[in-house]
Amino acid sequence: MADAVLSSDPPARRIITRPNAVRRFFQRKSTIAFLMALPLIILIFGLVIYPAFYAVYLSTLRKSMTSVAWMRNCAWLPDVICTYLPFGNMQFLFTRETFWKVVYQSCLFAITAVIFKALLGFILAHFVHNIPAKGQRKWRGMLLIPWVIPPAMSTLAWLWLFDPSYSAFNYVLTGAGFDRIPWTGDANWARFAVILVNIWVGAPFFMIMYLAALKSVPDQLYEAAAIDGANWWQRIWYVTLPMMRNIIAITALFSTIVTFANFDIVRVLTAGGPLDQTHLFATWAFKLGIEGGDIPLGASVSLFMVPILAVAAIFILRDINQRGNEA
Amino acid sequence: MRRQTLSRRRFLAATAITTAALSTPFVRGAHAAGKLSIGLWDHWVPGANRASTEVAQAWAAKEKVELTIDYIPSQGNKNLLTIAAQAQARSGHDMLAMPTWWPQAHADQLESCNDIMTQLIAQSGQVNGTVQYLGRAGDKWLGVPATIGSQIKGPCSRIDLLKQHAGIDIQAMYPAGSAPKADAWTMDAYLKAAEACHKAGVPFGVGLGDTTDSVDTAGAFFQSFGAALVDAKGDLTVKSDAVRQALEYCVKVAKFYPADAPAWDDGSNNRWLVSGRGAMIMNPPSAWAVAKRDAPQIAAQCWTHGMPAGPRGRFSPFLPYFWNIWSFSPNKPAAKSLLVALSQPDAVAKFVAASAGYDIPSFEKLTTLPTWAEEGPPKGTLYHYPNPHNHQTLSIAAAPAPPKIAQQIYSQGTLTKMIVRHLQGEPMERTLAWAESEVEGFLRT
Repeated sequence: MADAVLSSDPPARRIITRPNAVRRFFQRKSTIAFLMALPLIILIFGLVIYPAFYAVYLSTLRKSMTSVAWMRNCAWLPDVICTYLPFGNMQFLFTRETFWKVVYQSCLFAITAVIFKALLGFILAHFVHNIPAKGQRKWRGMLLIPWVIPPAMSTLAWLWLFDPSYSAFNYVLTGAGFDRIPWTGDANWARFAVILVNIWVGAPFFMIMYLAALKSVPDQLYEAAAIDGANWWQRIWYVTLPMMRNIIAITALFSTIVTFANFDIVRVLTAGGPLDQTHLFATWAFKLGIEGGDIPLGASVSLFMVPILAVAAIFILRDINQRGNEA
Repeated sequence: MRRQTLSRRRFLAATAITTAALSTPFVRGAHAAGKLSIGLWDHWVPGANRASTEVAQAWAAKEKVELTIDYIPSQGNKNLLTIAAQAQARSGHDMLAMPTWWPQAHADQLESCNDIMTQLIAQSGQVNGTVQYLGRAGDKWLGVPATIGSQIKGPCSRIDLLKQHAGIDIQAMYPAGSAPKADAWTMDAYLKAAEACHKAGVPFGVGLGDTTDSVDTAGAFFQSFGAALVDAKGDLTVKSDAVRQALEYCVKVAKFYPADAPAWDDGSNNRWLVSGRGAMIMNPPSAWAVAKRDAPQIAAQCWTHGMPAGPRGRFSPFLPYFWNIWSFSPNKPAAKSLLVALSQPDAVAKFVAASAGYDIPSFEKLTTLPTWAEEGPPKGTLYHYPNPHNHQTLSIAAAPAPPKIAQQIYSQGTLTKMIVRHLQGEPMERTLAWAESEVEGFLRT
């Protein structure tokens, strides 16, 4: 009888403990956090991770998509290795004049636009910061408008301003006695136009980030600097900028990634022309992959952004970490 | 042990269920022939989609098919994205409208339409050479040439301006209702007229960008000189005399186009005509239709006609759409039946009328419908648009190169880029070397 009682104990304990374990599992903060993040994880997996790996797979295929695009005749690798690497499309791209043009243009576009956006955002943030609190919200809202309008839509308005034949800017210029400017017909003017529109769209983002950073700088630091006799420039250089360094770095990184991968502004304004001289990686990938029907080559072009942006991200984030550790 | 008994009630129930299950496939309900999902091109012309909906739904009602129609715009290349996505996913519409090169690009994934094409050709006559070039891979018809969306991009000229500045009576050359008397309409005449209109401040509005309108015109000019960058066998022929001759001519005439022509897109030429700034553009009648609405005094002076003839003939750009059935479609017989219905002369006439003459059928017996003769003002302005007297060869830029190579030449705008590079001062041989290097890249499989 005692045996029977003893032997019946463990199942009874299991019956009592099992719901508690499940409940405890679901009550853990990490489980709740995971479950709440799950919809986002699924979305990111479906819309980012899976397409990214699929793009890598596509980039390894030949134009006909029926076999793998193996590399051939590598100058720097023995054939035994070279002919088993599925990067034939990348190898092909390196021999294309247009590809190097796109690399140059993407770097020019991203670097120039980010520098000017940062500069303009910094200046605007200071102006807005110095506006009395009562009217500041109104200005903040108005200055954010270019950033909140979908770029494809606002670029259409810019297209009318830059239109080859009916440019509103040219109407004003000719009215004032100046020559017409081929805004989208000349390579340099076309590059200027797409960079200008990108700055117009992106500068408010920098402004709002910098404004937030400015507001978090303690007033005591400025007071101490004033007591030490620091002038306006010295306050900016020795107080404001060091306190904003991390925000500046993160904003610049984020903006570099987004600007480098830009599609809509160039697509709407110049479609990569004239003579491919405003194409970026994304617009050229679309041109090759979707319009030209060469999806593997288009996927290869789009993947070239990844290593370039990864290197930029590593450098900037490493710098932020180092400063974090020093602090 | 309890013995199972078959009660009367249970017997009746079992009999009813069995009868229903066995007879279900043979009941001809409202959608007995299954479901069919199709993607048609979303027409520019307001109201034109209604005509295709009516024809397709009438067929569906008769055949008892549950039909779903999606109209997919070409604005922003939405249709190309849809084609690419469905090809990758191997899922989507049963039948999809594909422009120009796309049936060839997905030839392996399309159902053969040999059976219905044989039937349609017997009924409505042979299709033109461009349709055969784009629509057939070997002996396999990849689809049926669609009336909806197919277009010729010939010249649309201002009657008054050509007469006034170039001394050309375009209506006499291309009289409404009868065959063209256009022997004098040659490349030399075109060049002289372009120069005269340029001097008069109403230049020909021909683009040199890399969108289709620009590429199509350049392609037709190159073909008129017998110039091809790649021949039908797939061999490079960039550095040929014909290409040099064509390039030289195109650059000569491009000097009389608007200075910003290299930046033009497919809307620029339309705006050029409607604003009254030019004497000619190369476009289907959509520009004229907009002028009819927004600038009737300009529309009343527009005349659509044939291309000028070059040393190797008179070529006009033709861009057909195709209706294609995916090989993964679960209801291919219904899709084929619908394609036959959409290609019947009555349906074709309805589409042409609904599009105000924009749409062109590819079958030779269907290019003399009354719509083109009656549309106006001026009456007969579209008479020569569908090439009713076959006085020009309908072609597509980059042909006769194998379609998958030609598609790259076409989509990259190689021909117009050659013209612009040479126009901007690059030596001819350097331009040819650049083009050869580009096209070599397109030859990869």
